[in-house]
Amino acid sequence: MSTIIYVPNDSAAISIGADQVAARIAQEAVKRSLDVTIIRNGTRGALWLETLVEVVTPQGRVAYGPVQPEDVSSLFDADFLNAGAHPLALGATDDIEWFKEQDRVTYKRVGIIDPLSLKDYESHGGLIGLRKAVTLSGAEIVSEVTASGLRGRGGAGFPAGIKWKTVLDAQADQKYVCCNADEGDSGTFADRILIEADPFTLIEGMAIAAVAVGATQGFVYLRSEYPTAIKRLRDAIEIAQSAGVLGSSILGSKHVFNLEVRVGAGSYVCGEETAMLESLEGKRGVIRSKPPLPAIAGLFGKPTIINNVLTLASVPAIIADGAAAYAARGTGRSLGTQVFQLAGNIARGGIIETAFGITLETLVNTFGGGTLSGKPIRAIQIGGPLGAYFNTSHLGVSMDYESLAAAGGMLGHGGVVLFDDSVDLAQQAKFAMEFCALESCGKCTPCRLGSTRGAETIEKIISGVDVPANKLLLLDLCEVMTDGSLCAMGGLTPLPVKSAMNNFPEDFTGGAKK
Amino acid sequence: MSHPSWSIEEATRVLTPLKNVQGPVLIALQAVQERFGYVHEEAVTLIAETFNVSRADVHGVLTYYHDLRTSPAPTRCIQICVAEACQSVGSRELVAAVEKKLGKKIDETYADVEIKSAYCFGNCALGPAAMVDGELVGRASVEKVTA
Ligand SMILES: Cc1cc2nc3c(=O)[nH]c(=O)nc-3n(C[C@H](O)[C@H](O)[C@H](O)COP(=O)(O)O)c2cc1C
Ligand code: SF4
Ligand code: FES
Repeated sequence: MSTIIYVPNDSAAISIGADQVAARIAQEAVKRSLDVTIIRNGTRGALWLETLVEVVTPQGRVAYGPVQPEDVSSLFDADFLNAGAHPLALGATDDIEWFKEQDRVTYKRVGIIDPLSLKDYESHGGLIGLRKAVTLSGAEIVSEVTASGLRGRGGAGFPAGIKWKTVLDAQADQKYVCCNADEGDSGTFADRILIEADPFTLIEGMAIAAVAVGATQGFVYLRSEYPTAIKRLRDAIEIAQSAGVLGSSILGSKHVFNLEVRVGAGSYVCGEETAMLESLEGKRGVIRSKPPLPAIAGLFGKPTIINNVLTLASVPAIIADGAAAYAARGTGRSLGTQVFQLAGNIARGGIIETAFGITLETLVNTFGGGTLSGKPIRAIQIGGPLGAYFNTSHLGVSMDYESLAAAGGMLGHGGVVLFDDSVDLAQQAKFAMEFCALESCGKCTPCRLGSTRGAETIEKIISGVDVPANKLLLLDLCEVMTDGSLCAMGGLTPLPVKSAMNNFPEDFTGGAKK
Repeated sequence: MSHPSWSIEEATRVLTPLKNVQGPVLIALQAVQERFGYVHEEAVTLIAETFNVSRADVHGVLTYYHDLRTSPAPTRCIQICVAEACQSVGSRELVAAVEKKLGKKIDETYADVEIKSAYCFGNCALGPAAMVDGELVGRASVEKVTA
């Protein structure tokens, strides 16, 4: 009998050798006349354990990791095909503490299935939501999504149900569903991993959205920096199309939905929803003023649902298991689960999906194991390049929309980036301004010019020129940017800058640190 | 990566399947760049004529997006992520070391090897991240990216 071995085909795992590991396993098996079948699954999200090799045994899946290509022959020597002991042995995958303490809802199948096997997908609970949705009215689907409390995972946290209702109620000959897979925030990769590991979940979520509001065409706007995800999603769409999950009759119903991937072109601001629409229309990614809301007049002027990958990918489970099960998780107005991403200088980086309300401390220390360098944590940036820099006095903060806002930050797309004590927060603040200058769409002066001015001013502070006066000037600039910017690019760039100044004043006293 | 040299005939062939695309300009520019490695100035006129839009519109899109380039692609392209998560594990030092080893400046144009800054490949737990000729590299080092 052939032994099944899982080796991830996630791009992060491949970036540190997963393909070579898979090739070595295949070679070694031939050499030793052993019958193995290698399945390329997505990553389970424990990137610190990649390449994580799993062997299917009568007792379930057992894990070995992190495996380097040169470890493979010793794994065979240790009889890993029968769960043999080895320094890299981790035991049953499901019993690994790091996974056991998570609550995977949106990420239920991630890393478990073969990403492009629709059969695997269905045998792990896929398509239950969509099958149910095609029997419901649009209003029933929308009210279920509303009742779940699901809020946008792209950054703004807007209730998904309210957005969907606006599109449902709009009268038009054509409606669209657009998925925002631009994932530009540094420190975030949950959209990428979901698409690479379980693309049918996104497709199913978009199809449910389409059925709900009567949209017949969908687009996924996917960043060009993600070539593996682009290819995998296109392959998955083709498979879904030929299986009748997408197309002129969704699962045999009267609903029509076609889906297409459009690739970004290296612009951060195109992740803002109206700039994304402009880019999808083939134009410069300049922000549109609102109103009109995209839900009323979006892509090509038609009513359009725009949601993040994780928002849409949470919908199949909500429809399948009911809104109440989802809303039972979380805290306050932050209901359900959040797919956190631990990144940067972190010992155990990767995906942590848990209910909202976990503390930052638990995330970065219990799960994350502190810094990769082993030096003390000094700063934590939450929510991408427009998010705040916290110091260790904030480790007790509860990770939910309201608590983070109250602490002077934001959740954003759920990225948590660790820095050790070698970080210089004045440099980080300067980078925030430079990034804004580079990515500004150019429509508002405070964003376009204020950011360049801001970077110069911070440089003066770093070099010790008129420090008190330049700090005041910088705060003024921040205020002008906050008040005079049309979108969050210019409007929130002051957040990392001011939080760095407030939480790390010692880095803004002029004169290079240490 | 090798690309054919610019030709109007080949470009026309590349654009033909896009005739029915709604909002075609960006896709057309991306298709031309994928084929030739860059967008030749004659492509601007060709796209404008093919899709019945103004040259200014095409030019506006071409200059807006960081991915699009108007000079031929180098034989080798090393993109290094310089965003925050990679900064926390030494991307600034990595850039300096690669610049030094290759004797080239980041974000300048060369015919052979270019070093370009990038802003996140979604490999932020295994940084610093780089992409060398389209292949993602995790825990990047000077040796790995210049190998
Ligand atoms: C500068 C900027 C960049 C953004 N980038 C993204 C992004 O990459 N992905 C995303 O889903 N939302 C991004 N957003 C938020 C979107 O504008 C929008 O709120 C979101 O796509 C809506 O979907 P959601 O409600 O499901 O979150 C960005 C916003 C701004 C201002
Ligand atoms: S704040 Fe910046 S990015 Fe946003 S609309 Fe204004 S100029 Fe464009
Ligand atoms: S910040 Fe470098 S890969 Fe994400």
